[in-house]
Amino acid sequence: MSNYRIHGATGEWEVVIGLEVHAQVTSRSKLFSGASTEFGAEPNAQVSLVDAAMPGMLPVPNRECIAQAVRTGMALNAQINPWSRFDRKNYFYADLPQGYQISQLYHPIVGEGVIEVLLDEKGEGSAKRIGIERIHLEQDAGKMLHDQHPSSSYVDLNRSGVALMEIVSKPDMRSPDEAGAYVRKLRSILRYVGSCDGNMEQGSMRADVNVSVRRPGDALGTRTETKNVNSVRFIMAAIEFEANRQVDVLEAGGSVVQETRLFDPDKVETRSLRSKEEAHDYRYFPDPDLLPLDLSDEFLDECRESLPELPDAKRHRYQTELGLSAYNASVLTAEVETARWFERLLAATGKAGPEIGRAASNWVISDLFGALNRLGRTIADSPVSPEQGAQLLSLVADGTLSGTLSKQVFEIMLETGHDPARIVEERGLKQTSDTGAIEAVIADVLAANADKVAEYRSGKDKLFGFFVGQTMKAMQGKANPGVVNELLKKALG
Amino acid sequence: MTQLTDLGVAAIRDGFRDGAFSAREVAEAFNSAVEKGRGLNAFLVETPELALAAADSADAARASGELKPLSGVPLGIKDLFATKGVQTTAGSRILEGFTPPYESTVSGNLLAAGAGMLGKLNMDEFAMGSSNETSGYGPVLSPWRRNDGGNAALTPGGSSGGSASAVAARLAPGVTGTDTGGSIRQPAAFVGITGIKPTYGRCSRYGMVAFASSLDQAGPMARDVRDCAIMLEAMAGFDPKDSTSLDLPVPKWEANLSADISGKRIGIPREYRIEGVPEEIETVWEQGIAWMRDAGAEIVEVSLPHTKYALPAYYIIAPAEASSNLARYDGVRYGRRVQPEQGGLTDMYEATRAAGFGAEVKRRIMIGTYVLSAGFYDAYFNQAQKVRALIARDFENVWSECDLLLTPTAPSAAFALGEKSNDPIAMYLNDVFAVPASLAGLPAMSVPAGLNDQGLPLGLQIVGRALDEQGVLNAGLALEERAGFTARPEAWW
Repeated sequence: MSNYRIHGATGEWEVVIGLEVHAQVTSRSKLFSGASTEFGAEPNAQVSLVDAAMPGMLPVPNRECIAQAVRTGMALNAQINPWSRFDRKNYFYADLPQGYQISQLYHPIVGEGVIEVLLDEKGEGSAKRIGIERIHLEQDAGKMLHDQHPSSSYVDLNRSGVALMEIVSKPDMRSPDEAGAYVRKLRSILRYVGSCDGNMEQGSMRADVNVSVRRPGDALGTRTETKNVNSVRFIMAAIEFEANRQVDVLEAGGSVVQETRLFDPDKVETRSLRSKEEAHDYRYFPDPDLLPLDLSDEFLDECRESLPELPDAKRHRYQTELGLSAYNASVLTAEVETARWFERLLAATGKAGPEIGRAASNWVISDLFGALNRLGRTIADSPVSPEQGAQLLSLVADGTLSGTLSKQVFEIMLETGHDPARIVEERGLKQTSDTGAIEAVIADVLAANADKVAEYRSGKDKLFGFFVGQTMKAMQGKANPGVVNELLKKALG
Repeated sequence: MTQLTDLGVAAIRDGFRDGAFSAREVAEAFNSAVEKGRGLNAFLVETPELALAAADSADAARASGELKPLSGVPLGIKDLFATKGVQTTAGSRILEGFTPPYESTVSGNLLAAGAGMLGKLNMDEFAMGSSNETSGYGPVLSPWRRNDGGNAALTPGGSSGGSASAVAARLAPGVTGTDTGGSIRQPAAFVGITGIKPTYGRCSRYGMVAFASSLDQAGPMARDVRDCAIMLEAMAGFDPKDSTSLDLPVPKWEANLSADISGKRIGIPREYRIEGVPEEIETVWEQGIAWMRDAGAEIVEVSLPHTKYALPAYYIIAPAEASSNLARYDGVRYGRRVQPEQGGLTDMYEATRAAGFGAEVKRRIMIGTYVLSAGFYDAYFNQAQKVRALIARDFENVWSECDLLLTPTAPSAAFALGEKSNDPIAMYLNDVFAVPASLAGLPAMSVPAGLNDQGLPLGLQIVGRALDEQGVLNAGLALEERAGFTARPEAWW
């Protein structure tokens, strides 16, 4: 539970947050037309007669988009409504060719569900369940271009008709952190499912943020809705600003106005867009061009069977099957690319999961992530492939490389892109367990440090590490540390 | 010798096939009739070159023995159907000059079946009207005149008024119409021709400018039942581009035509006997009942208890859908645009729609907007939808007692232009017998039954079960044979 409170002049306030996330459905063509959905085309290059609302054109539902919404609902443990219907939301704007948006007000395709978020990746103890109210499908609008002409605006209809899922949460979040964790988890699930690429910069995911404040324990306060916030950071900032603003208003004796606001990322503030009185009357009614969606059991089975293992299940499996720590399991499953990379790595080692899992997870999280961070790369464009990583891990596991040597080899892999075996071969970085050679070096080390040997033998145990260090140094780090330990103990008596 | 323009669809098809005349001769004859008939204002666009081109292809096809079902038959196309490269306005000034780069499925089907196009037929603006007086291009005149010696200009009915006049005046052997609440049947009755609205979903709505999507259906209007069967067979069929089109094979309606309806039970709904309806309507209905009996049918009195709520429900649902369907005519992408000096987007919308739409269209947009508004939705739109369900259930129930229904088509003969144009309610009452079948999506046909005392045609309506176009056509044929309707207007134009 969150203890997040706003400390006002008159006492503590609790913040109540609900999010409506608009996620662009990953599909080849639009929700009701065959036009392409690819990002970045020339303006109006991807507009069908239907998207431009030419006279007599009719929408035809795209099966792929319907399946994506159903699969998403299933991944959110939500109720799937086998019968749903499209409604028209009527309003005039130049980026809305039909004069209405086809949406689902009365009978959405997905009903209530739940997302579990971990507020702290180190443990399940911090888990919080956030309710999903519904998911519905709707069309995106086009885009206005206001800077192309001195006195007119242009309109680009490439996005017009692209399928969006509106994922509406319950007002279950109580802090900016919870909202951030919710959006990140939702994004993660969508990317696992493949129903939305989650690309917030390109506008594939954006959120309307509903915020209200109240005295802890009181009934819900009046909420405001901040539209179209397009990053996790901005969502959290918008909540923080808006909650504090509302507290200031209330503490000054005013009342919060139910209104639509917008977020200004430059000034980090929200501003009023329109109040409830100015709100449109959208005149929703069932779209008579479309029959209700009646999903067959067969179709639903198909959707269910096409779902991949989802992050929560994967996290649990990594802990129970692979013996990973809660933290490692959580980090490795947060992003689908990471989990996929990790699993390719495991498979390439050819070893049983529990045997190599922990070592592999530690290597990915500390060595690989560290390197990627340094290089400013993501796992998707890692210079080291999972197969190369597996080879490196195997060389450690079979004693060819020590921990120190493996780090050295990894650095060379990052620079050259070469396989670790080749690097070991070419640069002679192999670890040695040759007892004769090691014993000879030890003899030299002990002879050169007779005073320390005497101190050790008189009880200064801590000096053992010094001898190990000297021996390893003399052997350029290539000696097997286990063998060195063993032989040193013997030599020091 | 009879003139070629006196021939109907079947006679032209067969005569052409058998070598009695060439397709070019037919096209030339009708092209010339169209030109001579300009005083009727039935055609908005004449396309003699397209009729000739199709005729030449037909002549070539006959020479090579590759005739299609409608080879050699020139047709008129209601202006509600988008025709590639030919102006399509839906009778509205807001679409003046709009030339679609696409073909409606229905007109495309007819052309693919070998038919030629004589031109685009005038109609009430966006199919909203029962007299053709709402056309943005002036009313169509009926070729009929009263036998009182006066020269009162009469309405051909609406909204398919141009279609009706063209067939009655022998400017076209057959035409397309569309029927939302009687727009094929009422004009057919007014000018003494035959027209059928098939089951909702039989004909694709793709490329047909939408008035009220849940009601709009295309259908043929022609001189007799056989011609309608031939045309409907070519027009109908599943279309993946219209989600509401029926995925069923098209029956062989012409081949299965039979006037033998012995043993069929014909229902006479008592609620269709309405106060204030002129005696002549009663009389022709009684005559129709007698003909049905003569054909061996069993006459049963039945009840459709919710009939009186049909018209009010229709005049809520149709305008509601229209208010949304017509939102796309905003001046942004095509059609008329009026941009006031210094004005912004909203000013452009207002000026464009004020100038582009006629009074009746504006009235219906306002009614539709009102009944969908917050606070009124449940009382009007939702209530009307419930009534619609009850009306459909009335029909479901009545089919246990009878196979078909026989009613008058319209509550009066054709009236004079201007007679009802200032009284919308009186105008709307024209649809009183037609609307229930539209709300239930049932096949319904009007067949000419005789002339009234003023020498004007009266029609009878046959309504059938969903998908039973064959039953409707067969009963229509039985009626047609007995009515022996041969009257035709004297050419004064």
